[in-house]
Amino acid sequence: MSFHSYWRKAVNSLMFSLTALCALATVSVLFFILGYLVWNGARSINWDFFTQLPKPVGEPGGGMANAITGSARLVLLASLIGVPVGFVGGIYLAEFGGRRYSFLIRYTADLLNGVPSIVIGIFAYAVVVVPMKRFSTLAGALALSVMIVPITVRSTEQFLRAVPHSLREGALALGASKCRTVVTVVIPAAIRGVLTGVILGVARVAAETAPLLFTSFNNRYWSQGWDQPAASLPVMIFTYAIAPYDDWHRQAWAAGLVLLGLMLLANVTARLVLSPKAARGS
Amino acid sequence: MTLEENPTLMLGTQSQDPSSDTPLRKPWDFDPKMRVSNLNFHYGSHQALFDISLEIPKNRVTALIGPSGCGKSTFLRTLNRMYETVRHARAEGEVLLDEENILRMDVVQLRRRVGMLFQKSNPFPKSIFDNVAYGLRVNAHLNRAALRDAVEQSLRRAALWDEVKDHLHKSAYALSGGQQQRLCIARALAVNPEVLLLDEPCSALDPIATAKIEELLFTLKDNCTIVIVTHNMQQAARVAEYTGFFLLGKLIEFDRTKVVFTNPSKKQTEDYITGRFG
Repeated sequence: MSFHSYWRKAVNSLMFSLTALCALATVSVLFFILGYLVWNGARSINWDFFTQLPKPVGEPGGGMANAITGSARLVLLASLIGVPVGFVGGIYLAEFGGRRYSFLIRYTADLLNGVPSIVIGIFAYAVVVVPMKRFSTLAGALALSVMIVPITVRSTEQFLRAVPHSLREGALALGASKCRTVVTVVIPAAIRGVLTGVILGVARVAAETAPLLFTSFNNRYWSQGWDQPAASLPVMIFTYAIAPYDDWHRQAWAAGLVLLGLMLLANVTARLVLSPKAARGS
Repeated sequence: MTLEENPTLMLGTQSQDPSSDTPLRKPWDFDPKMRVSNLNFHYGSHQALFDISLEIPKNRVTALIGPSGCGKSTFLRTLNRMYETVRHARAEGEVLLDEENILRMDVVQLRRRVGMLFQKSNPFPKSIFDNVAYGLRVNAHLNRAALRDAVEQSLRRAALWDEVKDHLHKSAYALSGGQQQRLCIARALAVNPEVLLLDEPCSALDPIATAKIEELLFTLKDNCTIVIVTHNMQQAARVAEYTGFFLLGKLIEFDRTKVVFTNPSKKQTEDYITGRFG
């Protein structure tokens, strides 16, 4: 064999090894984080974590039941505000928007998506917390919903656009109005994809800490209402992880594991919703 | 529009024959269902159809043939204004459906009377029943029993009933390609259209499925005027009583199918049919 073909083979194996190594590095970082979290979290997690309120400082034990429900309430309210707005906005973008307005809205949504979450936190602080003169679930949920809107808009738009044009024509050719076509044919054809996108988006937002730090703040007890401060898992992790108590560190690990578990659950749910098997049904 | 006003009309007319730009007169008698006169069509600044005048005979099958890009599909899409889904598309002229100009009609009303079948079958991701019932649910408010009857009748007319009657509630995507196309025919028939436009309905089907659909056309024309665009000249010869030949956005010739295929009056038609181009 000539020098050239040796050289070519050497370069080939070098590049192959390099790409494989980088791929391995990517995957191993994820598994390292996961493994570390599971290792530390699993040792600390127990039934009390899910059922008990935090114990006073210095007293070991207790749990984060209030933070789990707090997070659930925040995400629920944020979704109730953000998902409908984003969904209907996405429909406008994909189906009804003219070229100019669509561009403007799409661009704005992308910008909003890129706004640092702490800035959104400041915004919610200024428009809700300051006038109400207290931290509240409402303020936290508003901050989160501002993050949910652009995700939902883009996901809705993307999946509506993926619906074949032939289906729209089919419905229009039968004498359905544009609006009717969208509601009875296009949206049903896209809804699984949209739901998947929304579930993944909401799951991501559920783990946000920065917008909650000075909106829903924190609470060592059950939240007394939507207009009162509330504990949430991400803020709890932040507070507990930087505290000087070993028992709090243990609980922060446990909270991290629970949060990860919830994200995983959302991901699996989303995949199930999107599975072709489920799409074929009925 | 005259040649002096629009010299582009000259483009594509290879023949020096002065008669090629005179309106086409019919040397036969039929009852026209649709009457197109001086139709010009533009996609933005690109003109796709030039001064088309044509009468579509009632309860007959009319075939439109011509090479790709000659405007036959565009012409078909003006007949139910399907072109309106394309931005910057506009049609000028007069298209009469029973003396009513469709370009000024309510588009929803128009499409209820002029149905369409597309090149690729496009069943909705719904059950077989819901597919056929779609147009009825949109247009008429039938009770459950009447809806069932209408769905059955449409599926029978599309010769699909026997194949699907036991699984009406299965997904339409479970059907074969030919069955899906017949399902789309049933769906279009359910609203009792007066005219049915078919845009190369068999181009994705095998010969057996094609034969079934062609057979169907013979039974459908009793209640329905049919216009079919096809690439397949044998198909036009088999199914159509009348044939129009399009070339570069112009209607070159329109006559009885037999005449177009055996004794065309224009050189271009003959060249196309004998396979000299296209």
